[in-house]
Amino acid sequence: MSDPQTKIEIRNLYKIFGETPELMLEKVGQGVSKDTLNDEFNHVLGLHDINMKIPEKGIQVVMGLSGSGKSTLIRHINRLIEPTAGEILVDGENVMDMRPDALRDFRRNRASMVFQKFALLPHRTVLENTQYGLEIQGISEKESKKRACHWIERVGLSGYEENYPTQLSGGMQQRVGLARALATDADILLMDEAFSALDPLIRTDMQNILLDLQQELHKTIVFITHDLEEALRIGDQIAILRDGKVVQQGTPERIVLKPKDDYIADFTKDINRGRVIKLKTIMSAPNDQAGPELSGDMLVEDAAQLVTESPSSQGRVVDADGVVVGCVTIQDLIRAMARPNIESRLEEL
Amino acid sequence: MNWLVEFPELGRGDLRDLRKGIDEGFKSFTRTYGESIEGFFDPLLHFLIGLEKLLLATPWPLFILIVCALGWLASRSIKIVIGTAISFYLIGLLGMWEDTMSTVSIIVVSTLVCIGLGLPIGILMSRSNRAQALVTPILDVMQTIPSFVYLIPVVMMLGIGKVPGLIAVVIYALPPMIRLTNLGIRLVDKEVLEAADAFGASAWQKLWQVQVPLALPNIFAGVNQTIMMSLAMVVIASMIGVTGLGQPVLKAISNQYLAMGLLNGLAIVALAIIFDRISQSYGKRLQSYRGGHNE
Repeated sequence: MSDPQTKIEIRNLYKIFGETPELMLEKVGQGVSKDTLNDEFNHVLGLHDINMKIPEKGIQVVMGLSGSGKSTLIRHINRLIEPTAGEILVDGENVMDMRPDALRDFRRNRASMVFQKFALLPHRTVLENTQYGLEIQGISEKESKKRACHWIERVGLSGYEENYPTQLSGGMQQRVGLARALATDADILLMDEAFSALDPLIRTDMQNILLDLQQELHKTIVFITHDLEEALRIGDQIAILRDGKVVQQGTPERIVLKPKDDYIADFTKDINRGRVIKLKTIMSAPNDQAGPELSGDMLVEDAAQLVTESPSSQGRVVDADGVVVGCVTIQDLIRAMARPNIESRLEEL
Repeated sequence: MNWLVEFPELGRGDLRDLRKGIDEGFKSFTRTYGESIEGFFDPLLHFLIGLEKLLLATPWPLFILIVCALGWLASRSIKIVIGTAISFYLIGLLGMWEDTMSTVSIIVVSTLVCIGLGLPIGILMSRSNRAQALVTPILDVMQTIPSFVYLIPVVMMLGIGKVPGLIAVVIYALPPMIRLTNLGIRLVDKEVLEAADAFGASAWQKLWQVQVPLALPNIFAGVNQTIMMSLAMVVIASMIGVTGLGQPVLKAISNQYLAMGLLNGLAIVALAIIFDRISQSYGKRLQSYRGGHNE
């Protein structure tokens, strides 16, 4: 896997809510701030010059607190919300230029969506809900039933086909939401806080289901969340949104190790770093000491156990072909897991 | 200061001319278009007469059986079925069978007309705020204007008979159907609609796969109201020649026949209760999926 192709590219995207967004766009261009726009002109700056490249076949997480504009952003990708300015290119084609029938076609076949509050059709059974996208595509009843049953089984809901959504728990309802989205065979999956409404245990469950499915489906997933743990766990790439602006983009490791500003540092300080940082990031040059062979993609937390048990208190990092490329000592691992800025924390005490 | 105490009303002559002008205008309109308007309603008249004949020709046990079967299908309640059978038996026993059949047929036809008109108008209203702003005051007028007032132009145009009676009933019973269809569709969960959009549903698919099914409980409440209001209109409609349970009531009023008025009045009540219970329990069954665990 060399340089992955860009699947979705967002260019200079602005969204201003209010009576005269175009007029306000000029003011934003002249440097008027979000607060001024809100207080003096009664307009809300939802998205401010968003630029993103979302790679193919990966999970792009967009993280931000409420009001940061993340749900607005994801709704631009399938144009449920019209932008004030900007472009969204999917496979090089600008979604904003699509005519109504082309847009419908895009939503039917190329991008499906999972919603925070599930948004299932309450008058339809699990099976009929899963068939919904296929029905809209115009696929025959027999074929759509076959495909829907396949996806119901994949999300672990076999036996519940004839139940109505209200008869299911939240986690099970969201499995239906996921099956419905996967059934359309779209290669883009938009997930708007899909797991945020679920209990922590169920949420972890659903994350596992998603990661397992992604192992073989290789969809381009845009995943919105307000939960950093979740973002770090499932994201290949993370973009952090604040007040409608992207503050930082990068891999989970990069966000944790090199937070761009105090805002992000503040976010990441309580994170279990051992679950994010990989050995290849912290390893030093190889030496002759013995020790267990560890993959470079292994997480620090997982390595800690193995290295502790090794007599030399050190592990050898190997690449995919088994060649030794570096080593990690128990000190390296502890240093990686420890919270930064110990001095400042001592002062607090 | 006389002008402060006395209202500056139009002169007597002016007022007479105004009224006369309106009357004459309407009369000439009636003379010109009356026949074609009557022709327009002809199919409806034939349907109404045909249905009435069919009901009267049906052997009474078969009729009761069919109504009970429909009641069972709609409500799944044995209590309602037994109540229906007993009510119709008593109605027949007390000599009101024929009038009841006439009333049932006009209720059926007017309800069908109300659904046929109300559903599309309600859908239209739900899709455009402008249509809603336009139709709402008309509905207000239809619901508040004394029925006798609109009986006048209807009778002037179409004379006395079944069709003008039917029109009067429809004018009275239509508004709840329109209002509740509009309301039901507007109340559909925004998130579910967004999901339909996100999956690329066309406006037509969204309407029939999502909005109407989810509005159905409300739409059905509208049908129920329409039936009730048509029944309430039966007596007034009988004043312009609609046969049925209303006519004996009218006769009883002018001749002070207490028992006759009471019996026919009670027959109307019985019909109302039967229709109401059946349509309501059907409406409830429509939303059983909302309740959670299986019925």
